[in-house]
Amino acid sequence: MAEAMVFDAIRTPRGRGKSSGSLHEVKPITLLTGVLKELQKRHDLDTAQVDDVVMGCVTPVGEQGSCIAKTAALAAGWDFRASGVQLNRFCASGLEAVNMAAQKVRSGWEDLVVAGGVESMSRVPLGTDRGAWACDPETAFDTAFIPQGISADLIATKWGFSRADCDAYSVESHKRSAQSWQEGRFAKSVVPVKDILGLPLLSRDEMIRPDSSMQSLGALKPSFADMGRNFGFDGVAIQKYPEIERIDHVHTPGNSSGIVDGASAILIGTKEAGEKAGLRPRARIRAAASIGSEPTIMLTGPSFAAERALGKAGMSKADIDLWELNEAFAAVVLRFMQVLDIPHDKINVCGGAIAMGHPLGATGAMILGILLDEMERRGAATGLATLCIGAGMGTATIIERV
Amino acid sequence: MTSSISYAVDSDGIATLTIDQPGKSMNVVGPEFVAGLEAAIERAVGDVSVKGIILTSGKSSFVAGADLIGMESMIAAAKTAPAAEALKAVLHFTQVLRRLETCGKPAACAINGTALGGGFEIALACHYRVAADSESIKIGQPEVQVGLCPGAGGTQRIPRLIGIMPALPLLLEGKNLTPEKAKAAGLIHEIVPAADLLAAAKKWLTSPAAKAIQPWDEKSFKVPGGAGGMNPNAVQTFIAGNAMLRDKTQGNYPAAQAIMSCVYEGTSVPIDLGLKIEAKYFLSLLRGDVAPNMIRTLFVNKGRADKLARRPAAVPKAQFKKIGMLGAGMMGAAIAYVAASNGIEVVLVDRDMEAAERGKGYARKLVEGAVSKRRMTQDKGEALLARIHPAVDFAALADVDYIIEAVFEDKDIKADVTKRVEAVIRPGVVFGSNTSTMPITGLAEASVRPANFIGIHFFSPVDKMPLVEIIRGKETGDEALAVTLDLAQAIKKTPIVVNDGRGFFTSRFCGCYIAEGEIMLTEGIPAAMIENAGKLAGMPVGPLSLADEVAIDLGWKIHKATAAALGDAYKPNAAVPVMETMYVNNGRAGRKNGKGFYDYPEQGQKSLWPGLADLYPPKEESLWPSIEELKKRLLYAQALDAVRCMQEGVLTAPEDGDVGGIMGLGFAPYTGGPISLVDTVGIPKFIEECEALAAKYGERFAPPQLLRDMAAKGETFYPASKAAA
Repeated sequence: MAEAMVFDAIRTPRGRGKSSGSLHEVKPITLLTGVLKELQKRHDLDTAQVDDVVMGCVTPVGEQGSCIAKTAALAAGWDFRASGVQLNRFCASGLEAVNMAAQKVRSGWEDLVVAGGVESMSRVPLGTDRGAWACDPETAFDTAFIPQGISADLIATKWGFSRADCDAYSVESHKRSAQSWQEGRFAKSVVPVKDILGLPLLSRDEMIRPDSSMQSLGALKPSFADMGRNFGFDGVAIQKYPEIERIDHVHTPGNSSGIVDGASAILIGTKEAGEKAGLRPRARIRAAASIGSEPTIMLTGPSFAAERALGKAGMSKADIDLWELNEAFAAVVLRFMQVLDIPHDKINVCGGAIAMGHPLGATGAMILGILLDEMERRGAATGLATLCIGAGMGTATIIERV
Repeated sequence: MTSSISYAVDSDGIATLTIDQPGKSMNVVGPEFVAGLEAAIERAVGDVSVKGIILTSGKSSFVAGADLIGMESMIAAAKTAPAAEALKAVLHFTQVLRRLETCGKPAACAINGTALGGGFEIALACHYRVAADSESIKIGQPEVQVGLCPGAGGTQRIPRLIGIMPALPLLLEGKNLTPEKAKAAGLIHEIVPAADLLAAAKKWLTSPAAKAIQPWDEKSFKVPGGAGGMNPNAVQTFIAGNAMLRDKTQGNYPAAQAIMSCVYEGTSVPIDLGLKIEAKYFLSLLRGDVAPNMIRTLFVNKGRADKLARRPAAVPKAQFKKIGMLGAGMMGAAIAYVAASNGIEVVLVDRDMEAAERGKGYARKLVEGAVSKRRMTQDKGEALLARIHPAVDFAALADVDYIIEAVFEDKDIKADVTKRVEAVIRPGVVFGSNTSTMPITGLAEASVRPANFIGIHFFSPVDKMPLVEIIRGKETGDEALAVTLDLAQAIKKTPIVVNDGRGFFTSRFCGCYIAEGEIMLTEGIPAAMIENAGKLAGMPVGPLSLADEVAIDLGWKIHKATAAALGDAYKPNAAVPVMETMYVNNGRAGRKNGKGFYDYPEQGQKSLWPGLADLYPPKEESLWPSIEELKKRLLYAQALDAVRCMQEGVLTAPEDGDVGGIMGLGFAPYTGGPISLVDTVGIPKFIEECEALAAKYGERFAPPQLLRDMAAKGETFYPASKAAA
């Protein structure tokens, strides 16, 4: 069977996902064409050789609608023979794009595929696409819908992670993210975003607060307490987890992932296609998995996805040198470390989305890129990236350096 | 066919359709009525002289809603007929109303009296709605209260008229509005004095404003505030509304969910399709278990109880000018308030004047609250309070028409009071004891007139709880029963009648719920899970909360008293050691001393006492039973006790158990009550499930012989339930 090799992984810096953010003036299509153009330029890529451009986008409406993957390939000036597809696996869309690309390549049906994602959360806010899950009474009733933040608080309540535990995790995320930038760990993969005049708009992740402390974070109000108590969501959560008397609302803007704008792209192909295009393989994708987990608690999927991927790879968790789990909410990572017994110094070692932000559709490919860079820096052989996902899913990918 | 609707056309071409069903006190909607309405509408449409149509009623109410009493046969038909055929029947009323609003002639509804459910749906299908200026007129869609959704446009026209957000509470809570409130909500156009009602309707019909088109049939129509899965307002309303409703209903009330779906799905399509969607949901509810059970217990049988169906007919109707209330504690004070608020003078007696006055203070507090919230006028409040006469001397009871005793739950004290009171009251006056558990026959031993001695068991808080449980002792006569039923009616309580026994029906029945929860605690089920299982099962509070409310020490005292009374025959259940641990060893008496299964901080919410986990360490998660099993245990423990009450003759009819269970104790209303629950599960299956529970959890789940006998004969408690299944 063909192997799926990773040749390169790049991303934009992440801009604050508000009208005050540095990337707010940049259209989502432009974020995406930016990384596609850079990928082409770096490798002098003959884009006619690219079979497909697979892009994750979680809110594919408005200016992110109409198959933004193909639109961006055209807008980037790529050969029209490169196809394009947009997918949505909520928060893991970017990693799902990587896995789909790897599946295409390993099946032998395609040879060179670009995967990644885009989300301008400042321009197309989360939830703009609505959907039946929360809104349709029949569906919301049957699936016991609650918003993710309540699920994260439910995880914290069920497994006893306190506000202090979550804030302490956040302090460390900011510290690690700041240190990683300071040491230049991200330098080769982050592509500055420029305006039409070529003036720089953003070259670094914008949300990091290196001076975050227990004190500064402790002053923040819980994000989901009012919503949970006043609009029935706590009650619905408890209906599914009746062992809980009351939801402890521990998550705040300070220990949850930041809302940001950004895009990512990863070049994946067979070894032969790489050779033909003059590309050096950096890693191979050993295994990938997407699983479903209980939807109301929603965010416990990563451990199950990781275990499934490890099983498919014939590996055990001891075989993984470095872990990346998207920092959607602090309790999600705390629970993952608890259930898989992973020490903090092996996971999210460069910080994560609590400090740098989570541009939904793009994040999966971003954290896989960070993982690969860091594996190379440390001389680590194996890494696993995973994300928790809306509606109760998990997606994981295992890579191995070559 | 049109005998229930008269037809008259005046010289201006206004046809007045007056609904007046013969032989009925109120107009109700049933298949024959719909056919008659259709014929009347077609006549007006076909009559070239008719320029406009008025719909009104010849009774004091307009149309009170669906014929729920006649509905049992309709439900049976809806369940057995093929879906397409049943849908056609359901849609008929909808189509008649749609014809009315699209016939090309303007229609005005003259709402002369209460218009509920199908009655208000008729009004909504008119182009103009004018109501008489009367506070007693009720307007609304109460279907949800009997497990149904509106079936003839209520869920479609109301949101189209006033917007989704204001429409949802009207539909989901089923509250009645006065004409004033209905007008403020935008549901009706005009309010006029009753005498001017028809003239006002005619005035509109003959004015240039009279358009024979509804807003939703205009080309440019948009649902006020927006509708559909992409509209931000509508989406926010539904996201929060769905969760709030699931939180509140615990998923047990399909009608509430159906209403949400009707509004969500129906408002984003043309009205004809919306009406069809509504009819389908309506039919799905008719074909389910919840609506038939709720209709039977909460409407039909509650209505029969309110009309004193169990009253011995030969006894003349009793009047109550003044009653004597013995004991001005929590119960006595509240009973005095309720009686006084129904126009009855109350002599409120206690050991000293201070205690008696304190009892009256309860009424004063409620009156002041009502006056400050403008629910009562100052004058009415003062008149009410003036009817309560605190007293110490029993001589004040000489001219009372009834005695209610609510003194301390001690046989000797009660016996003493009985003797002293009987010495002063007139010989024919009935003596009703509000004991909650002590057998009436035993208490009556102290009476010189045991035929006049009866149990009249109220529920706390008396001013809110709608039930009284009337207990016939061995010697209680028919007259005492009839008079006590008359009193219940005079103070607007729903009575059930049971025979004597320890804890009668309601107290022992409620005790089974508490005990089952306490037993779960000893098995290592987390306390929160027990409480939530109760709520998920449809109970108003968890069993441990209820234990705290009724007081753990009371449970312990009842246990001691029962042990003393029964001697060797007493078999204490497995919950007794829990009461001992909590109350005797840890001083936790319940809410009253701020320490029970919960802690009750001065400020803030109660929370489960952390010490519980030390006394009863929870098992590890993998050993927890399913929540479904816990729910079943809590409901079946009670249902089995209700069946035992039937077997022992404490209950003489299933409806007393069902009405009493729901209205007295809040037993899961969606089930229709404990006996309805058994019928719905099906007796053979219920026996099977109880046997499995008995094998696992003990003999208290063993099915009573009555069930086995009924199963052998293929019987059910309610004859209709099998036919309808």
